[in-house]
Amino acid sequence: MGARSVRPKRSGHPRPRHPRPRPLRTFIAVAAAAATLAAGCSSSKSSPSGADVNSANQPKNPTLVITANDISGGKNGAEADWIQKSLIPDFIKAEAAKGITATVTFRANGVDDNAYKSKLALDLQSGTGDDVFALDGIWVGEFADAGYLKPLADVAGTQVDDWDGWKQITNAVQALGEYQGKRYGVPNGTDGRVIFFNKKLFAQAGLPTDWQPKSWQDIYDAADKLKALSGVTPIQWDGGVPMGEATTIQGFLPLLAGAGGSLYADGKWQKPGKSFTDALGFYQKVYGGGYGDAVLQQDAKGRDKSFSEFAAGKIGMYAESDYMWRAVVNPQGGTAPMADRDAGVGYALIPAQTPGSGIRKQDFVSYSGGSDWSVNPKTKYPQAAWDFLAFMNSNAETVSRIGGAAKITARTDVNTQVLAADPMLKFVNDKVLPITSFRPSLAAYNDVSALVQKAVADVVGGKSPDEAAATYEKGLEALVGAASIAGGS
Amino acid sequence: MARPASPAAVEDPAGLGRARAAAIAAPALLVVLAFLVFPALWTLYLGTTNYRLTGFAARHPRSVGIDNYKNVVQDPAFHHSLWLTFEYVLGSAVIGQALLGFTIAWLLRDASGRLKRLVEALVLLAWILPSSVVAFLWSGLLDRDSGTVNTLLHTQGTAWIVEHPMAVIIVFNIWRGTAFSMLLYSAALTGVPPSQLATARMFGANQWQQLRDVVFPHIRGHVLTNLLLISLWTFNDFTPYQITGGADARSQILPVYIYQTALFDGQMGLGAAIALLMLVINLVVALVYLRLLRERRLERAA
Repeated sequence: MGARSVRPKRSGHPRPRHPRPRPLRTFIAVAAAAATLAAGCSSSKSSPSGADVNSANQPKNPTLVITANDISGGKNGAEADWIQKSLIPDFIKAEAAKGITATVTFRANGVDDNAYKSKLALDLQSGTGDDVFALDGIWVGEFADAGYLKPLADVAGTQVDDWDGWKQITNAVQALGEYQGKRYGVPNGTDGRVIFFNKKLFAQAGLPTDWQPKSWQDIYDAADKLKALSGVTPIQWDGGVPMGEATTIQGFLPLLAGAGGSLYADGKWQKPGKSFTDALGFYQKVYGGGYGDAVLQQDAKGRDKSFSEFAAGKIGMYAESDYMWRAVVNPQGGTAPMADRDAGVGYALIPAQTPGSGIRKQDFVSYSGGSDWSVNPKTKYPQAAWDFLAFMNSNAETVSRIGGAAKITARTDVNTQVLAADPMLKFVNDKVLPITSFRPSLAAYNDVSALVQKAVADVVGGKSPDEAAATYEKGLEALVGAASIAGGS
Repeated sequence: MARPASPAAVEDPAGLGRARAAAIAAPALLVVLAFLVFPALWTLYLGTTNYRLTGFAARHPRSVGIDNYKNVVQDPAFHHSLWLTFEYVLGSAVIGQALLGFTIAWLLRDASGRLKRLVEALVLLAWILPSSVVAFLWSGLLDRDSGTVNTLLHTQGTAWIVEHPMAVIIVFNIWRGTAFSMLLYSAALTGVPPSQLATARMFGANQWQQLRDVVFPHIRGHVLTNLLLISLWTFNDFTPYQITGGADARSQILPVYIYQTALFDGQMGLGAAIALLMLVINLVVALVYLRLLRERRLERAA
């Protein structure tokens, strides 16, 4: 997997022990009805603890509900179809062979990632929640701290660490499901960020179709040429609050890394320094200079719209992860399919600001993330849930999963088998992952990310990078406390 | 009071006695306690904690006293949202819906049955359609690239929802909610004696004078009730979220602001504090209107 940015196993914050707030005495006086209601809400189901869970004494008729932000015919449609038509029937068959009659249903979602996160958190908080669910790797810390997730070994026992699949998953990818050194989920795979470009438009603008920028200036120069084409937006570089995490990981972080900075290093959050304002300066140049569509960044559906525009040949360059290639412009099952994807879409590494100015003195940079599958600690059938998780991440099922649409999976054995068939994903696996960085797996990350999105949106909206960085710094200090911030990069 | 009553009859008009009356009212009161009083107190309590949707504070919320309330009251973002809510209520409900609803009712008071029914049906349609459906339709109408409005006005490329978010949700809410005011005023206008209007006209009163001196005194109670209901509804209206998506601070009216704070940012404690302030504002608005209504009744009785 190669080099990675600092990814501490332990959170740097001291965790003060606070007494639970005592329910106010007035409540008791309110009404008996209210009290019963409250009791009903707070009583937790008793489920077997990890130590008792094993395949020998499990119930013979487990019922599982599986959920993910996948929906047939929509978001991650290929995966939704695979889960419903292939994975679940296969699993039921495999369980039947062991004498177990499993009932498994899939609950589909097709919404923005943040809406999915809120729903998941609310379900888990209220003590319901589905038995097995997918979640973004960067939510693991928050969910674990909230008690919505427990280490897999606490839920399903020692069999978790004995699972033979771990050997096939590199440490960097395993870390996507870890928090404070413990395994909370089985990673689904990983991704890498590149610049996609429309070869047809590049040819029209007199640019090479095997374009590879070496610096930000090269990107500006290409944008200048693309600007001459009518009806074409030269660059889409995610930069709006409605785009949520996409703005941080697709847009800002590769720029920050390209200017040699990171949000978190050596156990401290970083005060916004020159690399931070330089990264914001890129946005100023793109959206202030007429290379990008500033209004689109504020549109509630801006991300989906920009996908359609890219597919329609109206956007020249687009910074995205390989998700774009396999789930958006994919002629088979993409949300904005391009029939001529293989010939018409090019991809290039994201350059550092200037050669060698990137993080770890790199010439090119990227950021990676990935999602996990995990088990609800309150599931009534922890054994069946773990069996499902192990089954879905077995070699055979992983191969079956990517049957329709290749993807960089968590398993190296599968990757070597299948990635050769897809040049783009092979490119990410071979060229991007060795230079990539990962986001800090800290519970506070998502709040910091929201501040980053705000800063970027401010610059896209016309504020100066210095002003936006100052607001970010103030917000960061209020969020994590001055003691957790180191002095500038 | 129209007729004098003995004090005993006023205190116990049904003759049930205190115990039996309490027994009859108890189930209803319990429901009110469980679904109104308890959630309100729970909100008050949550507002004093740093409770969050995820993270450490979700499992171990800590009491922060009145810090949330203090922070909210001093927060410019809250002031901004409150001001937007005021604009929204004033623009879309008090001025927009009430005025437009009254105008339609007034113009249609003598219209023939068919025309009246047609207009009423059209206005009502906006009111009875599910909000998720109309929000979707409006997003389509106002779409930047292929929206109907841009096609009709030849303003291709205008992103109405992004460029004029407040205007969009105000116009939307006028369109959506005018039916209620129209119906209420139609009913109220039937209570204005035609003889008085005829007399006024005989004395040469113009339209405005008729409205001011004949119609308005008759429907003042209805106007107040109408304004009370629509301003409270509009104050608590969440539908704009479905059009704007909620992320744009320029159109975050209070309900949307609370949603963003509590669920999107996960700050449940802070969100609860804002929600409680909102409840207080609701109560104050309701009290003012009820006060006015009572004065009106007392005037009438005198």
